[in-house]
Amino acid sequence: MPARPEFPAGLALDAHKQQATGLPIVELAPPAQVVLALDQGSGSTAQPVVAVGARVAIGTLVARAEDATAAAIHAPIAGIVIAIESRAAAAEGGHGVCIVIEGDGTATLDASIRPVPDLGTLDPAELVHRLRDAGIAGLGGAAFPTATKLAAARASGAQLLLLNGAECEPWICCDDLLMRSSAAEVVLGARILQHALGAARCVIAVEDDKPEAIAALRAALDGWDEAALSVAVVPAVYPQGAERQLVTAVTGSEVPSGSLPAQAGVLCQNVATAAAVARWARDGAPTMARIVTVTGSGVARPCNVRALLGTPLAALIDAAGGYQGKPLRLIAGGSMTGRALASDEVGLTKAMNCILVATSEDLGGSRGRREMPCIRCGDCAAVCPAGLLPQMLHRATLADDLQSMRRLGAHDCIDCGLCDYVCPSQIPLASRFRAARQTLRIADESARRANAAKASYERREQRQRAAAAAEQLALDTVRSRAGQDREAAAGRVGGTD
Amino acid sequence: MRFDTSPAPHIVAGYSVPRVMFQVLLALLPAGIVHLVLFGPGLLLQLAVACVTALLCEALALHWRGRDTTPALKDGSVLVTACLLALSIPPLLPWWLTLFGTALAVLLGKHVFGGLGQNPFNPAMVGYAMMLVSFPAEMTRWPVPLDTPGAGSWAELARLSMASFYGAGADPRFDGYTGATALDSIRSGLDLRYTLPELLGRGEIGGPLGARGFAWLNLAALAGGLYLLARRLVRWHIPVAVLAGLLVPAFLAHALDPGGHLPASMQAFSGATMLAAFFIATDPVSAATSDRGRLWYGAGIGLVTWVIRTWGGYPDGFAFAVLLLNLAVPLIDRYTVPRIYGRDA
Amino acid sequence: MNPQAIGAAVAVAAVLATVIGLALGWAAARLVPDADPLVARIDALLPQTQCGQCQFPGCRPYALAIARGEADIDRCPPGGDATARALAALLDRPARPANPAYGVSKLAQVAWIDEERCIGCARCLPACPVDAIVGAARQTHTVIADQCTGCELCLPPCPVDCIELRPAPALLAGRYSMHRAA
Repeated sequence: MPARPEFPAGLALDAHKQQATGLPIVELAPPAQVVLALDQGSGSTAQPVVAVGARVAIGTLVARAEDATAAAIHAPIAGIVIAIESRAAAAEGGHGVCIVIEGDGTATLDASIRPVPDLGTLDPAELVHRLRDAGIAGLGGAAFPTATKLAAARASGAQLLLLNGAECEPWICCDDLLMRSSAAEVVLGARILQHALGAARCVIAVEDDKPEAIAALRAALDGWDEAALSVAVVPAVYPQGAERQLVTAVTGSEVPSGSLPAQAGVLCQNVATAAAVARWARDGAPTMARIVTVTGSGVARPCNVRALLGTPLAALIDAAGGYQGKPLRLIAGGSMTGRALASDEVGLTKAMNCILVATSEDLGGSRGRREMPCIRCGDCAAVCPAGLLPQMLHRATLADDLQSMRRLGAHDCIDCGLCDYVCPSQIPLASRFRAARQTLRIADESARRANAAKASYERREQRQRAAAAAEQLALDTVRSRAGQDREAAAGRVGGTD
Repeated sequence: MRFDTSPAPHIVAGYSVPRVMFQVLLALLPAGIVHLVLFGPGLLLQLAVACVTALLCEALALHWRGRDTTPALKDGSVLVTACLLALSIPPLLPWWLTLFGTALAVLLGKHVFGGLGQNPFNPAMVGYAMMLVSFPAEMTRWPVPLDTPGAGSWAELARLSMASFYGAGADPRFDGYTGATALDSIRSGLDLRYTLPELLGRGEIGGPLGARGFAWLNLAALAGGLYLLARRLVRWHIPVAVLAGLLVPAFLAHALDPGGHLPASMQAFSGATMLAAFFIATDPVSAATSDRGRLWYGAGIGLVTWVIRTWGGYPDGFAFAVLLLNLAVPLIDRYTVPRIYGRDA
Repeated sequence: MNPQAIGAAVAVAAVLATVIGLALGWAAARLVPDADPLVARIDALLPQTQCGQCQFPGCRPYALAIARGEADIDRCPPGGDATARALAALLDRPARPANPAYGVSKLAQVAWIDEERCIGCARCLPACPVDAIVGAARQTHTVIADQCTGCELCLPPCPVDCIELRPAPALLAGRYSMHRAA
């Protein structure tokens, strides 16, 4: 399927990927202790179903998703749950409740793990249900439960499964290596997801700076019907891998503002998620590991590591040769959208696709930035992939002009960080816009509550008025009757004339 | 191991306002050198006064407004204003007039509206327009460019500049060395019903490229402008639109009436055309916001300049054209909002 | 100086001024954009807590009083400074902070009934201006947090003091005012 030849906006950034693609994937041994955050990166927490002191085996369910936006969590090692408490985590505030399991050195498998029966006979709804139980979540960075996304896409009648192998953000290359080494797994996962979705077509999109991955995928697809399953090569521009922009690059049509790609007929999944689905299909085990790029000038041997979830990041950094030089930031994610962590004791989560140990040279001049007024140069608007005018949105944000913020597209911003990156006045636009969206959400919530309160108050007033009127009517009726009775009695007794 | 944290994104492109301003000054260098060669060293005197006045006024204004002075002075934006003003005015102006104009540009053109990033009008043009309207005689007295046949020597021009700088004014000794600009002479000539070929045939006004002196100045400004375009410090929309807005009507008018209208080539290489197209109209703060808006903005400036040059009361209309279009920017912005991804137009 | 010329200039200026002035006056009167009546616009800026701290029985009566000029714009503690400022902007008056004489601006809060101590007397039900308390006589009562505006009117009627105020949940937690921005 042909991809659009050019990207409407965005910027080609220095990739910094070749440092970590040179070595093969390092298989990291299971750690002695795992720290499993209840919020694996989606923003929603799962609820623990084990208590402190419980014995768990590999694959035991330790946390269940209470709502559709969190994924189930399974124990990646066998051992004892020694704590369920707040630990350093990749969450707002730097802490989150985590299940800590101390390994017992065995490789005991949970009894519930058995190979999945003939996949071809499973009906799609049942397949989605099993994927939910297996805790399969998006491994591209959002950790959103795959089953929820699949179910919603089925309901919307999506006909295209788009596998995101773009990996546009600098430094990250785990998907690249996955595609190079396990292209067959990716293709198998694609087929399973396609069946679950009921989609006629599947396209795997890869950026053009990954020739080996493209070749591997094409080789794995040899013999498949092009119309049903194919590879699309897209230009290596940031943020090509953003869902909406990728959909536009591959299909030529836009996802309407305010709706999801699924509602526009496309389900997007990361290639690593597809590979995770393939692994589950092979041995019935839930997601308990992932490939993560450990890179940056602050580690001695940048590489990609396959590690168990919950592995402390310090162990991952040791696998990459340990710290070197003066690392300044520990970033979970890439340099444009990653979250800076305060401690390397944080456990690996489903959302972490990259650990960037950055020195001042990697960070460029970002540490010495001094904000100056906006000079309306328009560089931000020139790179914005959503077609916004960030300079005007910034003015509206400073003025607390909520109406203008909505009109100028505060909610259409995909938080790619490009405007912030190019601004010559060093204005922290990405942070301002995140705060702006929060302000809008709060204002909407306040307005909703106020309107509900007002409606309730008016109903109550009406009810009381009606009650008062009814009471008055009853009183009048009684009084008038009493008056009539008196008159009648007076008439009978005394006579008036 | 523990780390400090900070919000995403964690890298910056490294552009900064001082870097941009410095590159602009660099791009003005060719025009400055040509100016010195053809019009004498007066430019240096004007630059000195303008730059010093601009920095002092900026510091004073920031102090009165209770703002931090050092970072604002280091960003160099006020120096760009001063240099553009110095390049636009005749090099023979007395020092107090340049001081007056620069002070007005910085104080009334910029700080009264809130400083960097807040001015709705181009500060250099505010200063220039006020000087032009208040002192029309001094503002239209340029030295005869040294590439004109029969012009004096550079040394004589230097003496003239020094004398004029200290207020020599309309000294009859210097009459032979000063005069109206090419555009000015052509306008007066056309008003007197001379035809263009007659005026240009005399050889003092027009040279091989265009207007005497100014043609080379424009060429140098064009070179600087192309440098800025190549370095992506200026986007092509405004310069191309300004030139189109000026040259398309000029071409049509000349085609219809060759004797009464300058050809497009002469319009392009006379007066302050290239300087305005690449350096003055491109001031981002006072220009339209979106790229499409900038096309309309630039075209408007070019068109209004052509109208003023052809029928207006001033020989070169860029200052007023820019100011008029600055006024129109909110209207242009309203109708040229780019479409947001996923929304209907 | 030519007296005729001066006279002509003055006359032209005077005529222009008169004509344009009349035109502007007509436009101001006849070309007014559609807007809600003033009371509705004022009411739209009030937080709808219906607490009565402004000394009016609800937000709408207070809005009416402001529109009539009978009350000042700084009387709303739940709306706080933000609402006072918004009202000042709407009515084109100088901005001022919320007047503490009418109450202290508090963090967004909702009432919570301690079900262990509630005796089911139902005295709090009629007190709530927005019907956020549910329960019947001799049954335990509870507050619907989503409906509660934190007005505190349910506290005085309770004979066992089983109602307390807690920070509002989620997005509004830690916010000072229930201000409704435009």
